[in-house]
Amino acid sequence: MIGFMLILRRELRLAWRGGTDAVIAVVFFVLAAVLFPFGVGTDPGMLPRIGGGIIWVVALLAAMLSLERMFAGDHEDGSLDLLYLSPVPLGTLALAKAAAHWLTTGVLLLVAAPVLALLYNLPGEAIGALAASMLLGTPVLSLVGGIGAALTLGARRGGVLLALLILPLYIPVLIFGAGAIDGAVAERPIGPQLMVMGGFLLAALALAPWATAAALRQAIE
Amino acid sequence: MQGLTTHNLACIRGERAVFAGLDLAVKPGRAMLLSGSNGSGKSSLLRVLAGLLPAADGRIAWEGEDVAGDPDAHRARTAYVGHADPLKPSLTASENLEFWGRLYGLKPEVETALHQFSIAGLADVPARYLSAGQKRRVNLARLAVGQNSRAGPMLWLLDEPATGLDPGAVSMLANTILAHLSNDGVAIVSTHGGRLDELLEGKADHFCISARGT
Repeated sequence: MIGFMLILRRELRLAWRGGTDAVIAVVFFVLAAVLFPFGVGTDPGMLPRIGGGIIWVVALLAAMLSLERMFAGDHEDGSLDLLYLSPVPLGTLALAKAAAHWLTTGVLLLVAAPVLALLYNLPGEAIGALAASMLLGTPVLSLVGGIGAALTLGARRGGVLLALLILPLYIPVLIFGAGAIDGAVAERPIGPQLMVMGGFLLAALALAPWATAAALRQAIE
Repeated sequence: MQGLTTHNLACIRGERAVFAGLDLAVKPGRAMLLSGSNGSGKSSLLRVLAGLLPAADGRIAWEGEDVAGDPDAHRARTAYVGHADPLKPSLTASENLEFWGRLYGLKPEVETALHQFSIAGLADVPARYLSAGQKRRVNLARLAVGQNSRAGPMLWLLDEPATGLDPGAVSMLANTILAHLSNDGVAIVSTHGGRLDELLEGKADHFCISARGT
C-alpha cells in the first residue's frame, strides 16, 4: 500500500508539474465532440439520440492519447528497472499507474462530459446515465489501456500498435456505456447496463494489473 | 565468507549467446572490476546478476544460497546503477532521491547523500536543469542513501558508473564504494579502465569478459 501511494503521488506530481497530456486529452475530447454536429447536422431530435454514443467514442479516443506515455518515460530513463527491483510488485505499479492515468484523464473527461451532454440536448436522466456510465467505464479504459501501454513498450510506432491492440477491447465498454445513455433517453431502466459496467470494472481491477505486470516483465527482459 | 558466486552462468539475447560458462567469486569487502570491449556482455552480466535478465544457464549464489530460491531477498540486497539516470526532469534532485529511497524502504537521508557527492546545493533544482554529470551524481547518491540506512543493499552492481563524471566526482564515487566495501559489502563494477580502477586498486579484482565467452 505504501508503494502504491508513493508511485501514485509521484505520478500526480509529475502530471501537475509537467504534464500537458491530460489537458490535450480533454481539449481533444471537447473539440472532437463539438465537431460532430457540424458534420451530421443539428436536428434537435437527432442529437440526443446519437449524443451518448458520440461522447463515449470520443472519450475512449481521448483516454488513449496519453496511454502511450504511461510507462514509456520510465522505460527510457531506466526507472522501470529500478521499479522492478524494488520491493513493490509490478502489479501494484500497474495499478498505481492506471489510477494516476484515471485521475489525470478520466476524471477530467467525467467532468467535461455533462457539459457536452447539454450541447447534444440530452435530457436530465441521460446526463445522469452518462455520468454514471463514465464513472464506471473510464477506470476500465485506464486499466485495460495499461496492458496495451506495457505490451507496446519500446515498439516502433507504438501509438498505432497500441490503438490496434486496445480499441477492440474497449468495444464492450462503449456498447454498454452508450446503451445506458440510450436507455435513459428512451426512458428505459439503465440498471442492467450499469451493473454490467460495474462487472467490467471489477474484472479489470482483478485482471488488468496482473496482465500489465506480465507485459512489463517481458519489456524489462 | 562466500559473498557472490556464479557457476557456469550463461546469457542468451535474441539468438546470440552473449556469454557462457561464467564462474565468478566476489568475497565480502571486495569489488570486481569488469572490463571488456563494447558488446562483450558486461551490461548483460550485471543485469543477469541483478535479476533483470534471466540466465540461460548456470547458478547465482549469495552466501552459498541460490538466489533463485528467494528472488525478493536478492532484490532487497541489490543496488543497481545502469547506463541511464532514472531522474524525472520536473522533480528536484532531492525529490527524485527521496522517492527512490522510500520506495526501497530506506530512510532517505537525502541531504547527507547529496552532500557526499558535493551536490547539496542542487537539492531544490529540478533535474531538467542539471548537466549530464550532475544527473549522474544524483543517481549515484542513491547508493549513499542506501549506505546511510540500516539494512541497505549489500550487493552493488554498477554499470560504467564513472561515465560523465569529472575527476573529483570519480574520487567521491570511489570513496563511496570503498566505504561500502569496508562494511563487508560487495561491488561489481563495469569499467573501461581509468581513475576509478586506480582508486579501487587493492580492494578489487579484475575480470575481463570477452564476447561470447569468459
